[in-house]
Amino acid sequence: MKRKDLLGIQDLDREEILEILDTAETLQEISTRPIKKVPTLRGKTIINLFFEASTRTRTSFEIAGKRLSADVINVTSSTSSVSKGETLIDTARTLDAMAADCVVIRHSSSGAPHTIARMTKARVVNAGDGAHEHPTQALLDALTIRQRKGKLDGLKVAIVGDITHSRVARSNAHLLTKCGSHVWLCSAPTLMPLGGNDLVTTNREFLHQTHSMEEALNRADVIMMLRVQFERMDESFFPSIREYFRYYGLTRTKVELAKPDAIIMHPGPINRGVEIATDVADGPYSVILDQVAAGVAVRMAILFLMLGGQSS
Amino acid sequence: MNLLVKNGRVVDPARKLDSVTDVLIVDGKIRSIGKLANADFPQLDANGLIVAPGFFDIHVHLREPGTEEAETIATGGAAAVAGGFVAVAAMPNTKPSNDNPSITSYIISEARRSSPALVFPIGAITKKQKGETLAEIGEMVEAGIIGISDDGKPVMDGRLFRRALEYAQLFDLPVIQHCEDLNLSQGGVMHEGATSARLGLKGIPAAAEDTMVSRDLILAEVTGGKYHVAHLSTRRAVEMVRAAKAQGMRISAEVTPHHFTLTDVAVSEYDTNAKMNPPLRSQDDVNALREGIQDGTIDAIASDHAPHHINLKMLEFDKAPFGITGLETAVGLTLTQLKLPLPRLIEMLSLNPQKIMRVRPWGIFEGSEAHLTILDLGRQWKFDVNQSKSKSRNSPFHGWDMKGKAVGTIVSGKVVYEDRK
Repeated sequence: MKRKDLLGIQDLDREEILEILDTAETLQEISTRPIKKVPTLRGKTIINLFFEASTRTRTSFEIAGKRLSADVINVTSSTSSVSKGETLIDTARTLDAMAADCVVIRHSSSGAPHTIARMTKARVVNAGDGAHEHPTQALLDALTIRQRKGKLDGLKVAIVGDITHSRVARSNAHLLTKCGSHVWLCSAPTLMPLGGNDLVTTNREFLHQTHSMEEALNRADVIMMLRVQFERMDESFFPSIREYFRYYGLTRTKVELAKPDAIIMHPGPINRGVEIATDVADGPYSVILDQVAAGVAVRMAILFLMLGGQSS
Repeated sequence: MNLLVKNGRVVDPARKLDSVTDVLIVDGKIRSIGKLANADFPQLDANGLIVAPGFFDIHVHLREPGTEEAETIATGGAAAVAGGFVAVAAMPNTKPSNDNPSITSYIISEARRSSPALVFPIGAITKKQKGETLAEIGEMVEAGIIGISDDGKPVMDGRLFRRALEYAQLFDLPVIQHCEDLNLSQGGVMHEGATSARLGLKGIPAAAEDTMVSRDLILAEVTGGKYHVAHLSTRRAVEMVRAAKAQGMRISAEVTPHHFTLTDVAVSEYDTNAKMNPPLRSQDDVNALREGIQDGTIDAIASDHAPHHINLKMLEFDKAPFGITGLETAVGLTLTQLKLPLPRLIEMLSLNPQKIMRVRPWGIFEGSEAHLTILDLGRQWKFDVNQSKSKSRNSPFHGWDMKGKAVGTIVSGKVVYEDRK
């Protein structure tokens, strides 16, 4: 991988995205072996620096690193370091001084990985920063879609939910439009960012916005639901969970608007009965658990490309 | 203090003065304007330079008392004169707030002791800038404030702001508002638009400024108060000020160099030195500010010099404080970016600020206090933040090439800053 850090999909071009996906596909087989480990990254140190609670992403990175035989250290930190105590930058410099090869960072502030990356020799992987980007999520989503649909270009992908506060939506919008999918962002007007038309900087004609879930889902190949954060209700982004579910919850009836072979995705953890009905989440179209499996492969690919060597 | 400023191009548009001549200063006051041969005075050669009425920055934060690690009255004053300003108006958001005469007196006496620039304090409108009850405005006037403002904490309560506009008339004080509807801007850290959407940062909508300017202009009209809009940043706000002036309202407005120079795109790499309030806005807003400067809608250029210790600016973008330093870049940016006719430049940096703040006027006339700014319009220079006289380093203009610089600052006849090639 040419670049030092993986901070966002916005920075990547299509070829770099495909290199990661192709590499992930070749590495997927390792996770099916009885002994799920290769020596590729032996002697490399990866630090998972998580300033925000996360079980699945952190575990996924940890498993990915360990399957490649890297030493993986988990550091969980609080963000309440304002003005006294150790700042973000001090933490990063400390870890750098310990000669970490790669720092995987999750932070509630948009741009925190960029600040770390400027200050460290270690390579930085963004594992989710505020409402900005979650590049490995978008890559694992793309791998899941490609394996189910055989391609990314020409697909209609509906992303439904709280677009304003979603890093998953942003990274997916960048990735899928770069790869030729038509992305339909769908949410209530209160949860769609002003300037949403400019969310992506290239292939803008592939990005669409609507407040109508019916329009977004109509003949869709992929339905991607976003997690609703309950605290948004107190800020009057929507009046109640009940009303939210009425207009933006995914029910079996709404799924029928999509193509018969449409797949249903969710970055997890899901709120059953809030953004997605239980029978839909557990139904035959749901690929939510495939996404989790793809996550390990994609993160192995990224760590391999950043710390190991060339793609095959 | 006696001084003979020789052979400069002496310009004072208020006196219709523009000629290459000498200015004689005796005992800190201008004694005469005109060629003097072989005078027996200390001399300052201003050949090829502009000699102008001293510049006055009506919006700065000196951080003393309370946050002396970021700036003191002494270091802020040194930065002011290094930037060509003979005088500054100091905002009241010190710790504690300048909401009572003892703080006002402290600022004035400390400035006399340690600052090379004149310091005019601005008092708080409300006690502790809380927006609840009026501060002792009259007492502060007796102590020496020249205006009132709650600064970064705009007065949200319309009834209270109306009272302030009314009460301040008793003292002919300008009421200065940082225009921001705090409900609309809540949680925002940069301009709301395409860049904030992409960066995943919470936006401060232009509407937060526009709605407040709109309310305030109506209250200013109703009360006849002397209303001044701090750091305009949006197109609509410029248009509303223009319309109010066309109606004959006696209001005034300022703009900062960063708002007419940079757009929100400067935030793209999460640079905390591009974080200020009001935020850097769109290109369309920048264009509107420049139109407002050209057509006289905007009266003054002020820096909103807001030093912060580097420890705070090293925080995550959303946690870092708002504000950048500006005293040493304001004149350079104005000269480089705007190419204003010289009389208009002097109006915006000296004459109008004096009028807005109703200070005893200075200029280039016999009997005036000898406050002068000397400009080299051709000087090519690069701003190096590490050479700054400010205690803080939070400027987005480090390394910027500028053309035109204040190369001499004279306060009451004393050369307090000189930068000769």
